[in-house]
Amino acid sequence: MADFRMPALGADMEAGTLVEWLVKPGDRVKRGDVIAVVETQKGAIEVEVFDEGVVSDIVVPVKTKVPVGTVLARIGGEAAAPAKAAMPPTPVPVAPPRPPAAPPPPAPARLGAKVTPAARRRATELGIDLATLAGTGIDGSVTLADVEAAAIARPPAKAAPLPAEKPRRLGFDPAEMRKAIAAAMARSKREIPHYYLSDTIDLGAALAWLESHNAAQPVPQRMLPAALLLKASALALREMPQLNGTYVDGAFHPGGGIHAGWAISLRGGGLVAPAIRDADQRPLPELMAAMRDLVQRARSGRLRSSELESPTVTVTSLGDRGADAIAAIIYPPQVAIIGFGSIRVRPWVVEGRIEPRSLVTASLAADHRVSDGHLGALLLNAIGRLLQEPAKL
Amino acid sequence: MSPAATGTITYREACRQAIRDALLADPQAFLMGEDVGRYGGCYAVTKGLLDEFGEDRIRDTPLSESAFVGAGIGAALAGLHPIVEIMTVNFSLLALDQIVNNAATIPHMSGGQFAVPLVIRIATGGGRRVAAQHSHSLEGWYAHIPGLRVLAPAVVEDARYMLAAALADPNPVLIFEHVMLYNMEGALDPSVNAVDIARAKIRRAGSNVSLIAYGNGLIKALAAAELLSAEGIAAEVVDLRVLRPLDTATILASVAKTRRVVIVDEGWKSGSLSAEIGVRIAEEGFFDLDAPLRRVCGREVPMPYAAHLEDAALPQPADIAAAARGLVRPGRT
Amino acid sequence: MTETEIRHMIADILGNIVPEADLSTVSDEEDLREALDIDSMDFLNFVVALHLRAGIDIPEIDYPRLRTLKGAIAYVQQAPTKAK
Repeated sequence: MADFRMPALGADMEAGTLVEWLVKPGDRVKRGDVIAVVETQKGAIEVEVFDEGVVSDIVVPVKTKVPVGTVLARIGGEAAAPAKAAMPPTPVPVAPPRPPAAPPPPAPARLGAKVTPAARRRATELGIDLATLAGTGIDGSVTLADVEAAAIARPPAKAAPLPAEKPRRLGFDPAEMRKAIAAAMARSKREIPHYYLSDTIDLGAALAWLESHNAAQPVPQRMLPAALLLKASALALREMPQLNGTYVDGAFHPGGGIHAGWAISLRGGGLVAPAIRDADQRPLPELMAAMRDLVQRARSGRLRSSELESPTVTVTSLGDRGADAIAAIIYPPQVAIIGFGSIRVRPWVVEGRIEPRSLVTASLAADHRVSDGHLGALLLNAIGRLLQEPAKL
Repeated sequence: MSPAATGTITYREACRQAIRDALLADPQAFLMGEDVGRYGGCYAVTKGLLDEFGEDRIRDTPLSESAFVGAGIGAALAGLHPIVEIMTVNFSLLALDQIVNNAATIPHMSGGQFAVPLVIRIATGGGRRVAAQHSHSLEGWYAHIPGLRVLAPAVVEDARYMLAAALADPNPVLIFEHVMLYNMEGALDPSVNAVDIARAKIRRAGSNVSLIAYGNGLIKALAAAELLSAEGIAAEVVDLRVLRPLDTATILASVAKTRRVVIVDEGWKSGSLSAEIGVRIAEEGFFDLDAPLRRVCGREVPMPYAAHLEDAALPQPADIAAAARGLVRPGRT
Repeated sequence: MTETEIRHMIADILGNIVPEADLSTVSDEEDLREALDIDSMDFLNFVVALHLRAGIDIPEIDYPRLRTLKGAIAYVQQAPTKAK
């Protein structure tokens, strides 16, 4: 028996309203299935399930607002056996620590590995294999934070094609979103000592490569410069892990994978930055497809819960109808945001001569509690360097 | 001479006002103990009360804890409401037989026919450079005994109002006043005129670690929380207030929130109240824990006389902060 | 496809990309990017959908011809349809 709970769709969410059930008791679900729609300050979000089994109980009816963590439904029944053969089910459930909440059976871990009780319980809830985790707690113990970081870093469930349906903007309230942005940005400016850097990058090589690439591709496989900018940023972050992660409870927590929030402005106001998991590891065409899909769904459809689990960094690009440069505000509790202005043809000095070149201003806002300007400069330099060899991205 | 009933007062004055209120409100109430009358109390808590209430109600006793505690039990059985003062917890051991074998058992053994509405105020704790026979924290022993209620006021509000609630209890109640708190000043909320003697209280809210303390340990835990706050660690400080029966629910709720615990107890670690609290958390809050339990207790030595040694033997804010830091940020203490 | 069919198809595609848009307020000659507040990613989604729905190839160099309703309709009308 597993509990399906109101997810925290971003670090700032406290409660959400359940607006639609896509399953009913008796329905079989598997990991990655979208089973409910929740209305948040970011609009209506499709919520995926992380367990396998049969829906045994719908606990929260539609149009109900509940705090994050509230059990929405129970998944149970005979199909709950884990798919991985390496995880033998534990035969004996442990005795209840205090009624009425029955304890979850302990999740398996490496023999001798230290796991805190809270981490073990959470791992069971999230279906995380403890054997795969490295601990950062006392004596190398696996802590709650380690489990939750692993849950974010977990590779996305195989994306099931969504049923073709008319996109809708159910539950999107611009005023609510504005409030959420206001709270997050005010907190950021209040708590995070930002430092800002910018660097001009010559995109001549990247755009030439992109043009020839696109000429040889059918329309759906063509890419925009934004994909190159995002990929170069993600790869550069791999070299500078101090800029990828979160600052929580007075300490920096490395990202455990580069899950880039891609900032998408919404028409009529508002902004979302859904996460693209492991952006550094995805081939460019896949990255482009993910960005295209996210933009369309963010602006006209619905995002999924897994995309709103906290990104480890944000990347924003102003696009061709933007401005020269952006001095961005970090989205807490992240520690950095990378911004790109519009790509423009400008005079540039090349080997002593002034030439027209396609340039972009890359900027970085980063948390001075975690990193210093020198490191930030190295990141921007690395992005610039990577963009000179687009074929390797 | 005495400050207004509201505003900032000392813990000593709060104790004095509590006793005075009790004597004014209840003709059956009286105070007795060593030097409480003519001398005004070893810690000057009862100064002036002899003049106001006379020798019948403010009674100086011989130096025999067993005799005057036993007399207090008898008076309580006979329908009076005695407030007995014992100069220090070390001396209370002379009355242990009366407290444990009589006060705590008579209501039980009489099938509830005899109540023992006795209150014993006992000074406790170290820090005053009065060495190993006047400085220990043995209240944890009394918290072991069924039939007793054991209180540890750590703020002026509790010092001011716990006595009335204790007198209203038909069973024997022990109030432990930490000697280092008598000079502490604090504000009284004019809207409060009573407190419960059942629940622990969150004195400072936090999310990263729970500091569980009582008595002077609470003051040190609050100081530690302040130190930790400067480092970005939000410590929650739980004031036990009542050492028996323990308010386990409040402790567990705090642990469920912070998932990390430091228990502060001026008593010795072995077989202590801190051990009891730790095991209750392990028994009932195990699945909420995200780190091992930690304790900061008195060093297991008879209390030294030398100032630097006494300070070293007692839990200090820096020790508490270090223990908490080690839980929240392992490997970076 | 007739011009009306093409117009309906384009309206449908744009409706998926900009659901809040009212195409009746957009003139045939207006730049869609300005009129509908769409960026390069939206525009690419528009081109991809046009390619898939109309079954026509659209080289990148032709993108500017699709920036108005009039241009897009004309482009689809004259483009050689690929085998379905």
